Amino acid sequence: MRHCSAISESAWVRRLLIGVAVTIISVFLLLPLAAVFAEAFRKGWEIFLASLHEEAAFSAIKLTLIAAGISVPLNTLFGVSAAWLITKFRFRGRSLLLALIDLPFAVSPVIAGLVWVLLFGAKGWFGPWLELHDIRIIFALPGIVIATMFVTFPFVARELIPLMETQGSDQEEAAIILGASGWQVFFRVTLPNIKWGLLYGVLLCNARAMGEFGAVSVVSGHIRGETNTLPLHVEVLYNEYQFSAAFACATLLAFLALVTLGIKSAVEHLTGHQSSNHQ
Amino acid sequence: MQKRRVIPGFSLSMGFTITYLSLIILIPLAALFVKAARLGASEWWEILTSPRLIAAAKLTFGASAAAAVVSTIFGLLVTWVLVRYRFPGRRLLDAMVDLPFALPTAVAGITLTAIYAPNGWVGQYLESWGIQAAYNPLGVFIALTFIGFPFVVRTLQPVMEDFGVEYEEAAATLGAGRWIVFWRVIFPMFVPALITGFTLAFARAIGEYGSVIFISGNLPMQTEILPLLVVSKLEQFQYEAAAVIAAGMLMISFVLLFLINLLQRRLNWKNH
Repeated sequence: MRHCSAISESAWVRRLLIGVAVTIISVFLLLPLAAVFAEAFRKGWEIFLASLHEEAAFSAIKLTLIAAGISVPLNTLFGVSAAWLITKFRFRGRSLLLALIDLPFAVSPVIAGLVWVLLFGAKGWFGPWLELHDIRIIFALPGIVIATMFVTFPFVARELIPLMETQGSDQEEAAIILGASGWQVFFRVTLPNIKWGLLYGVLLCNARAMGEFGAVSVVSGHIRGETNTLPLHVEVLYNEYQFSAAFACATLLAFLALVTLGIKSAVEHLTGHQSSNHQ
Repeated sequence: MQKRRVIPGFSLSMGFTITYLSLIILIPLAALFVKAARLGASEWWEILTSPRLIAAAKLTFGASAAAAVVSTIFGLLVTWVLVRYRFPGRRLLDAMVDLPFALPTAVAGITLTAIYAPNGWVGQYLESWGIQAAYNPLGVFIALTFIGFPFVVRTLQPVMEDFGVEYEEAAATLGAGRWIVFWRVIFPMFVPALITGFTLAFARAIGEYGSVIFISGNLPMQTEILPLLVVSKLEQFQYEAAAVIAAGMLMISFVLLFLINLLQRRLNWKNH
């Protein structure tokens, strides 16, 4: 491959820049990833497996799956509904709504947990009422779910809106004129067109839901075997100096991240579409 | 301008979207501001000027700014290489840029600590030069750079991909050397995207919690960040103080977000 020197750098400059970029990514991104696995297996396979084969780890995995299992479908429903609203109709306050959907990205995870404590905590607005009726939200599963919903709120919508905007609504309009009902149009026309973008949004939403730490840590109360999600379980083990066990559980989350990245690259390769999602 | 809509579902999607948005995001955030507003101006002043908060704010904003600057420089270089050059492993490198987005922050936190601790893979070499990274402000900076880096790359990448070579060719034909072309022709075109990427990285860094608290050591007045201060106020049941600090952080984030939107809108006008 010959390069015209006027609009490209000389070969050695190119090699130097590639070398620097590879170094940055290796030291900054790949080294930490490698360290997760190295630390997990430092004391051997037996310790690694034993750390995962523990009651507290099981319950943490279960809680993580439950929390993601509730919050991801709800946020997906919201994402589809918001994307339909924003891309198919023009109305007053549309750009404000767009900005509001992005809002959780600007909120620290800690604050995303704090708002729920202020509402439902023992000293919060509804705290006394909840106590009277013996309902627990904070330091229990409902709190973990709503905190997760707050942080993962924009993911599906952010992925679908630009996609559906570029696709326009000609096909939907044609289907309506030909006599299709609203739901038929959505399931037969829109959904097939957006399926990759939707899958991708759900995937990112799920990765964040399962990995969320700050918001969940504020509302969970860290009750071992009860309100610890997997990231919180990692924290607890780490703070108890059980490093190998902490990293063993962390490998599960790192693996989830790698699978997410792998599917993301595959989908991008298949569709030639680039993510607009920044978190 | 009442127009008949062909596509159905306006009321349904509007109703569901607004209800869900209000329940999950707007009402809780409003509750936070109401809680904070219950305190008078003098109490706000007292909370916001306490030495512990000022120390935490200095560390948070200082480390976030420094990390965003380094992310921007690294991001420019890496994006240039990813967009302009073809070499084996490029796609893998490109995919890896998103790792900090995908890796749960707690995992990033403990693994960065393991690497930069005095006996860690990198930490031991830094130690021999007398630099201690973990449990120091330097550790906070490292974690925030890790978190902020992908924002710059992913903001700059589409802009760089769309940037045609015509301008460079024109400049080169007019006799400009490669270095001049880069600084006078190419770089100015990327400045808005770089500013946006910088701001996104900075805004994210201010609120970052999970990846920082393990490596920072969390000593009040020294290595305590603002989000951790919010948590510790909460743990002492000082709900109002936590709400005031959180409200302050939120207002700063919203201003940053607003500035990015303004910048993007001006750029869109220019392009049309």
